[in-house]
Amino acid sequence: MILVLLILNLLLGGGLAWLAGRWSASAARWTALVVTLFELLFVGLLWLRLEPAEGSPWLAGIVADWIPNFSVKLILLMDGVSLLLITLTAVLGVLAVLVSWREIQENVGFYYFNLLCVLAGVIGVFTALDLFLFYVCWELMLIPMFLLIANWGHAHRKAAAIKFFLFTQLSGLLMLVAILGLALTHFQATGAITFDYRALLGTAPGSLWLMLGFFVAFAVKLPAFPLHTWLPDAHTEAPTAGSLLLAGLLLKTGAYGLIRFILPLFPEAAAAFAPIAMTLGVIGILYGAVLAFAQTDFKRMVAYTSVSHLGFVLLAVFAMNLLALQGAVVQMLAHGFSTGALFVLAGALQERLHTRDLRRMGGLWTLMPRMGAVALFFAMAALGLPGLGNFVAEFLILLGAYRANMPLAALAAVGLVFATIYALWLLQRAFYGPVASEGAPRDLRPRETLIFAVMMAALLWLGLFPQPVLDAAAPALHRVPGVSLHVGAYVRGPRSPARVRESAHSVARPETAPLAEHVRNGDGSVWGDAKAGRGEAPAPWGRAGTGTSTIDDRRGGAR
Amino acid sequence: MYSLIWLVPIVPFAGFLLLAFAGRYLPRRAVAIIGPGAVGLSAAVMLLISGQFLAAPPAGYAYEQTLWSWIATGGLEVGFTLYLDPLSVVMGCVITVVGFLIHVYATAYMAEDEGYSKFFAYMNLFVGAMLLLVLGQNLLVLYLGWEGVGLCSYLLIGFWYKKPENGAAAMKAFIVTRIGDVALLIGLFLLVVQFGTLDIPAILAAAPGAWAVGAPAAVAAALLLLGGAVGKSAQLPLQTWLPDAMAGPTPVSALIHAATMVTAGVYLIARLHALFALAPGALLLVGIIGAATLLLAAFSALAQHDLKRILAYSTISQLGYMFLALGVGAWTAALFHFMTHAFFKALLFLGAGAIIHSLRDEQNIFRMGGLRRRLPAVYWTFLAGALALAAAPLITAGFYSKDLILFAAWVSPVGNRWLWGAGLLGAFLTALYTFRMVFLVFHGPERTAPHGRPGPAMTVPLMILALLSLLGGFVETPADLGGVHLFSSFLGHALPGLAAHGSPALEAALQLLSTVAVLGGIALAYQLYLRRREATARWLARPAPDAARRLLLAGWGFDWLYDRLFVRPFVWLATVNKDDSVDAFFRGLARASLLLHGALSRAQTGNLRWYAVGFALGVMALLAIVVFR
Amino acid sequence: MAEVPIEHGLLLAAVLFLLGLIGVMVRRNIIFILLCLEIMLNAAGLAFIVAGSRWGQPDGQVMFLFILTVTAAEVSVGLALVLHLHHRFKTLDADAMSGMKG
Repeated sequence: MILVLLILNLLLGGGLAWLAGRWSASAARWTALVVTLFELLFVGLLWLRLEPAEGSPWLAGIVADWIPNFSVKLILLMDGVSLLLITLTAVLGVLAVLVSWREIQENVGFYYFNLLCVLAGVIGVFTALDLFLFYVCWELMLIPMFLLIANWGHAHRKAAAIKFFLFTQLSGLLMLVAILGLALTHFQATGAITFDYRALLGTAPGSLWLMLGFFVAFAVKLPAFPLHTWLPDAHTEAPTAGSLLLAGLLLKTGAYGLIRFILPLFPEAAAAFAPIAMTLGVIGILYGAVLAFAQTDFKRMVAYTSVSHLGFVLLAVFAMNLLALQGAVVQMLAHGFSTGALFVLAGALQERLHTRDLRRMGGLWTLMPRMGAVALFFAMAALGLPGLGNFVAEFLILLGAYRANMPLAALAAVGLVFATIYALWLLQRAFYGPVASEGAPRDLRPRETLIFAVMMAALLWLGLFPQPVLDAAAPALHRVPGVSLHVGAYVRGPRSPARVRESAHSVARPETAPLAEHVRNGDGSVWGDAKAGRGEAPAPWGRAGTGTSTIDDRRGGAR
Repeated sequence: MYSLIWLVPIVPFAGFLLLAFAGRYLPRRAVAIIGPGAVGLSAAVMLLISGQFLAAPPAGYAYEQTLWSWIATGGLEVGFTLYLDPLSVVMGCVITVVGFLIHVYATAYMAEDEGYSKFFAYMNLFVGAMLLLVLGQNLLVLYLGWEGVGLCSYLLIGFWYKKPENGAAAMKAFIVTRIGDVALLIGLFLLVVQFGTLDIPAILAAAPGAWAVGAPAAVAAALLLLGGAVGKSAQLPLQTWLPDAMAGPTPVSALIHAATMVTAGVYLIARLHALFALAPGALLLVGIIGAATLLLAAFSALAQHDLKRILAYSTISQLGYMFLALGVGAWTAALFHFMTHAFFKALLFLGAGAIIHSLRDEQNIFRMGGLRRRLPAVYWTFLAGALALAAAPLITAGFYSKDLILFAAWVSPVGNRWLWGAGLLGAFLTALYTFRMVFLVFHGPERTAPHGRPGPAMTVPLMILALLSLLGGFVETPADLGGVHLFSSFLGHALPGLAAHGSPALEAALQLLSTVAVLGGIALAYQLYLRRREATARWLARPAPDAARRLLLAGWGFDWLYDRLFVRPFVWLATVNKDDSVDAFFRGLARASLLLHGALSRAQTGNLRWYAVGFALGVMALLAIVVFR
Repeated sequence: MAEVPIEHGLLLAAVLFLLGLIGVMVRRNIIFILLCLEIMLNAAGLAFIVAGSRWGQPDGQVMFLFILTVTAAEVSVGLALVLHLHHRFKTLDADAMSGMKG
């Protein structure tokens, strides 16, 4: 029930903000702030009330009929990964409202309506487990985002918005076709129509075409290498909060989709496709980083760093082991904060200097030391400095990827050098060197300081104490089929030299564990192997009806 | 007592936080107390702990303290764990003590700088990160410190950020070391996949059982770790960043680019000595890199005219000695040279700083001279440091540490005569360039008049370091000169000793040879740069020596080569593709549909009768299809 | 009463239809275009009646009544539009009203 509340709160709050906007602009701002703060409160409550049910990954949820004729259901379920991403959504939601406080002066009510609708759509995407509902939410977050860019963006906003819309919409239609195809396959096999994710698991594990339908949609959103070109335009032209939401949340829906749908629904096809996908991820990492270095527009540059950072996520998902997936989850959160902060910074600079052109900046540290320090922090986060969230993520991802494919992981690690180059080059051009701009721009305001402080705290927390995040995501990731769980062939035991030596002898063969090889070959025994590898881990993801009703009863009056 | 070990890195971090957030609101006096105070407190705790470590060592000569569990997933468990053993005790003491002295010195050196609190904030952050590096129990904590010191190095090289060339030097330092760091990171992955853990003691215990000597995986791991070490310690082929790093304030050069951070690579190899022992090929490469670096850098130092760049090349060269020692398996000798080098090189840099300070930022040694009488305190301490660097026999710490390395290179089973010969030649060159510097700066006629003398905050650290540079060597002396083995027996609990021993006669013969080389170098410097300076200058002006001089001045042209090989292609690639050639496809798609749209819209004339004709023709065509099908 | 052969009736209808079509295509005055449309409709009606009488069915005449109604409605709407267009463009030339071109 609380998941419905989370979405309704945002939708109704959005409507309220629209109405309030007719009365006065600041009423709309305050309404939106209160709504997002409530949202944060609800999410906090969600964390407090966590009690995982036995044998089921779902922490909260609701299952109800929606369009019974087509057996489309209203299924909202949340596991650890969803919970983390919902938390990110709630936090970034508050920040997005705060970021827009001064920047948006026209049609404020409608602006906040759109903003809150995007948030509602994102939360829907993170929880919807009826594929039809998922598609609806996917579109729900697309259209208000389009309006945000097209109405409140910068000079070339219309073209950018249309580009964004076309890419997302076309790929979304491919996904719709794949969803229908999947439901049809299920119908042919069982004679029952359903869009229930849990029922569709295992329907077509090896169907490459259906998987590609989903993959293209998620790859566009992610964005993965050849389909990334909408992102720089959309980011550059979007208002600051739009960029923040785009980078912080909308891109994460692509990553989430890969983890939630591609791997569980099509484990064999994904395994067969993995080398290509991982290669695309690595190309994205390097290509994005090189292009980021070349840009002269601050926001465009940050947009390309997003391409680079989310290449890591693509690499991680198709590395198909627990370490990499954990890394992907942390990367989603860390990237949301670090890149989001860089966009907010770009917005703050644009407000003060009326330009995003890095060639016209320089020596800003002298004028705005506090902003310089903030920029330094987030540039370090972007280049993956240990102690900050991005490092934990990239370390786990690269480790997992190394386990799956050594040369690709090594190439991806070169991306860290490229990241260093663009991050330092950004600092050098904008903040160091002699003062280039006249006038005395104001250093950070308290509101902006608050925004950055929240993001810095989040990154430090992710970097130094990531364990709660890892623990929250673990039960959900454990159940992703085809994912191998251990680091090395060497299974750790009590740390005694004798034992180490004894088991070490069995290690003196190539690093790849047998499990991974099975997965790569698309061997039919993947599931069995995965179970064997899991040992005492609970049963695979439940089919429809198992486990979920208990949650609903426990959560009280779900229907 | 040991449980207080967490205080050692935490206190400098606390100092950093305090200075970073409140620094601008604090008076300079408060900053001058907090900055050095934090490091001083850390040094005090470290010394107390070390004292107890000597008096009542913990079981197995190792103490672990887990602060919290950092990452535990998928069979990998990494704790935020600190580790105390003789190796980290030695490193920790040197870092905190030398760091404290340099902080005190910097309160005077930086007194007129506008970024006073920022400077001490960065310096404190550096000390904290460096301590994490040496106290980390697992490779991930080590890596955290490793990158942390890299960050501080970047920040402090570019401390005077208004000059673009300082920023360029800072970026170069960070990027070049980052290349090494990536190799190190991949090495970590290899170790995790192989051993399922990053805990250093566990890896060291498991490695000999898992890998045979010379196993490909062991060699790969050692080479990758070596990549990281080479980057951080400015060895071939990643040495190019260190001379440029002298753009930072001089205390930074002393602390980061001489005494501590650049020795992190030496520490890494010594720490993971068991892995390198399994990879003789990699170990030999360490020795060769060390020997080649020490010679190339020493030659380069001969041609420099910037005081700090001479010292920078000298640092690279001395680090080459440490790598040479590691390469022949003389772990303790490397650490011994690290310690003495930290003392005398910090001393030399601080002395150079005092000179530069009183000459109002003059760094060219050819515009100095005769400072012996005007700056006596600096002269005598600098001379002590120079003697130690040149390894003047018997009375200096540098002699004992360098001699140990040369001896090890000769007798070690993995050493050879070539490495020893390179070390000996290096000793000669070291003496030559060191005393070239001393004679040009302090002797001869005065060229630039100094303004004032350094105060006690600068001279007292100089004197303490001078004492350490002279006396610090007596903790470890060769068999024929007392045979004290305090240092190696202490470190012997963490690092295996050298397998081979030579006879005292051999040892004495080698000492005699190196003494001759050192004294010869000093004598040659005296002849060339003091007695016959004019003749030297004339000879150097001839074409051939001048070309050689310019090659050496540019550090053998590595910068030029890397610029052509890596920098320009990268920048070219980036600028050519600035507008994203992938997007060209999508833009082309958009343009094609616009074109098609234009063509079709031309048919839409708005003319009613035209439509009617089209309609009629269409119907007729349909009818024709239906009828004549 | 002698039967008119169906071919003759259909031929007449086809000729009428063609005349109307050519008129629609070549005339520029809207009124004439409307008149020609009427001719075409009546041609279709004639074809229906001829076919109906051939098969002895009343359907053809029913259809003609339908067409008559439709034509009446069409003419009234059409003439109203013509009036409006004339009011707006001050001409009845169809070619002058080409504002919808792409």
